[in-house]
Amino acid sequence: MAITTEGAAAVEKSAPVRRRAWPPLTLKLAVGLAVAGLIVLFGVLGPLLVGNPSTVRDIGLTAPGNGFLLGTTQSGQDVFAQLAYATRGSLIIGVVVGAITLLLSAFFGVVGAFVGGATDEAFSLFTNIMLVIPGLPLVIVISSYVPNKSIWLVAAVLAITSWAGSARVLRGFTLSVRSRDYVLAARIGGEKRWRILLVEILPNLIPLLASQVVFAVIFAILGEAGLSFLGLGASGSFTWGTMLFYAQNGLALRLGAWWWFAPPGLAIALFGAALSLINFSIDEIINPKLRSQTRAERNKWSVKA
Amino acid sequence: MRYLLRKLAFYVAALWAALTLNFLIPRLMPGNPVDLMLSKLATKGPVTPTTRDAIQALLGTDTSSSLWDQYWTYLHQLVKGDLGTSIAYFPAPVSQVIGQTLPWTVGLIGLATVISFAVGILLGRAAGWRRGSWVDSLIPVTTMLQSVPYFWLALLLLFLLGSTWPVFPLTGGYDVYSVTPGWSLPFVQSVLYHGALPALTIVISSIGGWMLGMRNMMVSTLSEDFVVTAEAKGLTPRRIRSRYVARNAILPSVSGFAISLGFVVAGSIVTEAVFTYPGIGSALLLAVNNNDYALMQAVFLIITLAVLGANLLVDLLYGVIDPRTRARS
Repeated sequence: MAITTEGAAAVEKSAPVRRRAWPPLTLKLAVGLAVAGLIVLFGVLGPLLVGNPSTVRDIGLTAPGNGFLLGTTQSGQDVFAQLAYATRGSLIIGVVVGAITLLLSAFFGVVGAFVGGATDEAFSLFTNIMLVIPGLPLVIVISSYVPNKSIWLVAAVLAITSWAGSARVLRGFTLSVRSRDYVLAARIGGEKRWRILLVEILPNLIPLLASQVVFAVIFAILGEAGLSFLGLGASGSFTWGTMLFYAQNGLALRLGAWWWFAPPGLAIALFGAALSLINFSIDEIINPKLRSQTRAERNKWSVKA
Repeated sequence: MRYLLRKLAFYVAALWAALTLNFLIPRLMPGNPVDLMLSKLATKGPVTPTTRDAIQALLGTDTSSSLWDQYWTYLHQLVKGDLGTSIAYFPAPVSQVIGQTLPWTVGLIGLATVISFAVGILLGRAAGWRRGSWVDSLIPVTTMLQSVPYFWLALLLLFLLGSTWPVFPLTGGYDVYSVTPGWSLPFVQSVLYHGALPALTIVISSIGGWMLGMRNMMVSTLSEDFVVTAEAKGLTPRRIRSRYVARNAILPSVSGFAISLGFVVAGSIVTEAVFTYPGIGSALLLAVNNNDYALMQAVFLIITLAVLGANLLVDLLYGVIDPRTRARS
């Protein structure tokens, strides 16, 4: 954050090799990356270290301790082991939905805006229609026809119903980049169209794409949790949502079994908050006005209310 | 005028897309919803030929008629307003079920969303106007609340404020035992009392987005040249804040409001599941659990229509508050 404009100019002169500045490591970004990283690590390594999450024991609803880090469920399953597998399941959903959303929104948003003309009109119409058709009811209707759903199907359905918002944001930004002078210069210079799109325009969109993907991951994990809570999630899989579904059905709250009900919800909240923090940092790159650093500058003429 | 026509044309296209989607989904999915529905209906009572025809028109038939003919029959059926018979609420027709449940959802979710929007915008305005003040430091807290799964938060609040300290009722839309529905004071009181906690949970979990969006737009708009000019002219800070900065900063939030309506309706399904509220979301879930495909498709259609209608309203309003939109098109 200490880099001023003059400093940045000096750095560029001395090190012309470095082309794109990485986001400054603020407290927000550091905390966000650390928390998200720990949860991802837990999801990747956790299932290797714990026992079978479905093993039934005759010690239902024991409080944390006595060899079970987070206690047991109604039927004596290890909550910690379940949490490890659930973390992995939810992360898979998040990653798959994030990837599909990235592809779809980049295709319909960026390519449409870049090509322009009738293609843009058609893509934009399609995007806007997908945007106004409510997602969750559509997901519920589709998933109620399919009796045995895999985790992949749930992810695909969530992605198909959620890419439109990102596409609209990307389209708006691409339109503004496309009409900048340097793109015109590249066009006059005889660069090929795909090269202008990939080399000249796309790098400018990377921060925006990143923030849209992060947003899609949060949305997917929350969406899957909601779907599972309604009993419409992937069958026979472990996610944070299915854990909450079983906890709710096992009357975990009523019986005071907070160790069963609280961890999945807190895990979602922590992961979501960490991703939001990362997103704030990306936002500050896209829109430097949002940086807290500019506050001092603004105060020079600030309106005293 | 051109703006209006363009908007209307778009919504006609969106309406057609929704109707077609609703037509295609049951036909493209595996399984045979018609047979399932008819056999379930038969266990509850005799199935009249008209009911059979209605269900076949809505969900697809295995007869040899072409998809195109089926599509026309389906549209014809919708225009007549015959949506088939519900299994879950047998023998009520689907349209009657929807008529009974829709007002609850619109009342609860609509009101809660408007409150959340208004309060969020006001708080966001204050936070962006004076960055670093106590209002500004609320932002991380509300953002944190947004990443908490809604139903989890709602269940916790329901448990705390319904069971542990019984301030609010646990379930339902009104007290079924002591009041009868109608425009009487006890009924209205009962409805408000039962709706307070669901509305509160919706406001808590959705206010953060409005606040953050408004705050960021305030911050961006504050550094525009016209704000400096306004200040140089010696206008009062209050006037600059509301007439100059907030007037421009609110525009993206208004168009965001239209988009969020879809999520609001989606959220209502979960809200109603948690609070056992007698709205259209509960009807959808009941339909799903009973394989009541006719009701399910109809609820999906109604929800989509409601969202489209609300979007159209917001779009028209947007044309009024931002004259540039009309000029551009």
